[in-house]
Amino acid sequence: MAGNDWAGSDWNAERAAARIEALRDQPGALLPILHALQEEFGYIDRAAVPLIAAALNLSRAEVHGVISFYHDFREHPPGTHVLKLCRAEACQSMGADALGAKARERLRVGWGETSADGRVTLEPVFCLGLCACAPAAMIDGKVVGGLNEKSLGVLLDKAVRS
Amino acid sequence: MTKARLFLPRDAGALALGADEVEGALVAAQRRRGLEIEIIRTGSRGLYWLEPMIEVATPQGRIAYGPVHAGEVESLFDAGLLDGGAHPLRLGRPEEIPFLKRQTRLVFARCGIVDPLSSADFRAQGGWRGLERAIAIGPAATIEEVVASGLRGRGGAGFPTGIKWRTAAQAKAPQKYVVCNADEGDSGTFADRMIMEGDPFVLIEGMTIAGIAVGATKGYVYIRSEYPHAIQTLRRAIEMARDERALGASILGSPYAFDLEIRIGAGAYVCGEETSLLDSLEGKRGQVRAKPPLPAHKGLFGVPTVINNVISLASVPWILSEGAPAYVDFGIGRSRGTMPIQLAGNLKHRGLFEAAFGLTLGELVDDIAGGTATGRPIRAVQVGGPLGAYFPRALFDTPFDYEAFTAKNGLIGHGGIVAFDDTVDMAQQARFAMEFCAIESCGKCTPCRVGSVRGVEVIDRILRGEKPDENLALLAELCDTMKFGSLCALGGFVPFPVMSALTYFPEDFGSPKAGKAAAA
Ligand SMILES: Cc1cc2nc3c(=O)[nH]c(=O)nc-3n(C[C@H](O)[C@H](O)[C@H](O)COP(=O)(O)O)c2cc1C
Ligand code: SF4
Ligand code: FES
Repeated sequence: MAGNDWAGSDWNAERAAARIEALRDQPGALLPILHALQEEFGYIDRAAVPLIAAALNLSRAEVHGVISFYHDFREHPPGTHVLKLCRAEACQSMGADALGAKARERLRVGWGETSADGRVTLEPVFCLGLCACAPAAMIDGKVVGGLNEKSLGVLLDKAVRS
Repeated sequence: MTKARLFLPRDAGALALGADEVEGALVAAQRRRGLEIEIIRTGSRGLYWLEPMIEVATPQGRIAYGPVHAGEVESLFDAGLLDGGAHPLRLGRPEEIPFLKRQTRLVFARCGIVDPLSSADFRAQGGWRGLERAIAIGPAATIEEVVASGLRGRGGAGFPTGIKWRTAAQAKAPQKYVVCNADEGDSGTFADRMIMEGDPFVLIEGMTIAGIAVGATKGYVYIRSEYPHAIQTLRRAIEMARDERALGASILGSPYAFDLEIRIGAGAYVCGEETSLLDSLEGKRGQVRAKPPLPAHKGLFGVPTVINNVISLASVPWILSEGAPAYVDFGIGRSRGTMPIQLAGNLKHRGLFEAAFGLTLGELVDDIAGGTATGRPIRAVQVGGPLGAYFPRALFDTPFDYEAFTAKNGLIGHGGIVAFDDTVDMAQQARFAMEFCAIESCGKCTPCRVGSVRGVEVIDRILRGEKPDENLALLAELCDTMKFGSLCALGGFVPFPVMSALTYFPEDFGSPKAGKAAAA
């Protein structure tokens, strides 16, 4: 499995500053900036907080408060692959709870954690709008529907290996 | 010889079921056989149990095949796919499939049929006609048309759209905004996603009409981050609409100006609540604002703002082009027009069903959806997302109508219907409702923030058999506090799923008295 939903590069203050600079002048710039940084690095590094705060004339606490409010923003680098498994009701009705348990067991992680080998981060998601194709998931930005124990196993095997 | 034309959805649901793999197999087969085929990627018709669904253009109209697995493509060609040949996957004319035939597609008229990013298709199939009429009759008459249509907000609260527009139009301000709520967080719903992926121009048209009507020159679409495909399609459609001059300084050559920008959510359910969404757009934590002031008076960046759901806005072009009386003809009571109902979860025929209000819940899940996918009996149906009540079979005669559901302590919300078979544990569903509220609470008020965490604990105690009577009474009391003490419907409505589970399925809470406590 190749590709991710972010560039996956190491933290780099210059590139961060360039992304911030490009967006800072639009109204309500904070979320677009955070999305841009996460797209660039896969997470929001702590070192980004003072840069953003200075650019938007906010306090560091305000910036941090926003980062921690939204489930999307990671404060630590994710694994090579990110598996978002839907935990919401329509998927539950088709067996999502058991799939979630299986994924956690297989990767030996809790929700939101990364496997010890750094391969896979397992994130809960509450609905992907694929409720008529349940149970659903998204791996590295690619949508998957109609999951069962077997197809989830194949998906995890691939992610762990590649 | 003219090229054969095949239609294959690019909708995220179809992709999740392997549509891209099917395209790969089609291209390979075409090459091997030396054929010339044009593959047009469309939105989805919304018959998800048949996705990926291929349609081929024949002199007799389109012929559909599905659900197609990439491995079956060769056998389809062998069977004469391009001439609509016989094959076990052949479905015939899609319009004749009962699930589609029984629908009234006003908002979704083009979805699944046209190339979503062909402005020529859009125009040829009635696009921009509503906008042209709005320009011709002017803002005041446009608003009165929407008022007369009886259109109510499809995001959940059901507030009359025309009245909201009138309030914003009357507000005096040099700058106003139109905001489209495309946060679609409710489990069981995907109508907004489908329209943004399958007919994005209709949303652009609806927002532009709203802009002209209330005197706003700028609009934002707040789309949840879970919808990357919708974001991509709408983004390209906005660029194309600018090229067509349907957006920009002089819309369709008129003196009106309007432009659009997309903003992306960040995984917070509460940001679907309109004031929380506005705070999020402003770059803040998505916390709910106290009302008043109404967004129509003081909304985004403090100026008058109209905020509407995707489907509310996408309903407006039809209302303008066909006229309010034609729209009012559909529906019952104070629920006029059509609703895109989303049949989801454990149902045999899952998908989008746009119909006039008034069908009963039983007709929808038993008859149209054909019961469960697993083949077991339906035990409970949750209507209206995570804050909606669980309905037992005894309430399946409830008609799909705002007031009828309110009368049964439920809600239709954004029109999502999620069915569960008899393996469901309703105590776990009640626990999940509280857990979800605890995870997603914006934290502004105590009944919601603290009450939801306590709710999970109390349900756990009941399930462990600890002082069940006392704890059941406590749960009912807690729900009462949340219902009346919460600032918004997240904390305020979570008692609906919890108490309906307890009332109608007391046996799952391990106590014969559970039902009585709930009824008291
Ligand atoms: C917790 C919560 C979540 C909501 N989520 C959404 C949503 O995802 N999409 C939506 O259109 N409305 C949602 N709403 C309703 C909005 O607050 C608001 O009523 C709607 O955007 C108004 O547009 P409408 O009148 O066109 O429906 C939500 C409300 C609450 C309380
Ligand atoms: S009810 Fe919950 S989500 Fe709504 S304002 Fe209060 S704390 Fe926030
Ligand atoms: S509930 Fe899982 S995709 Fe909607």
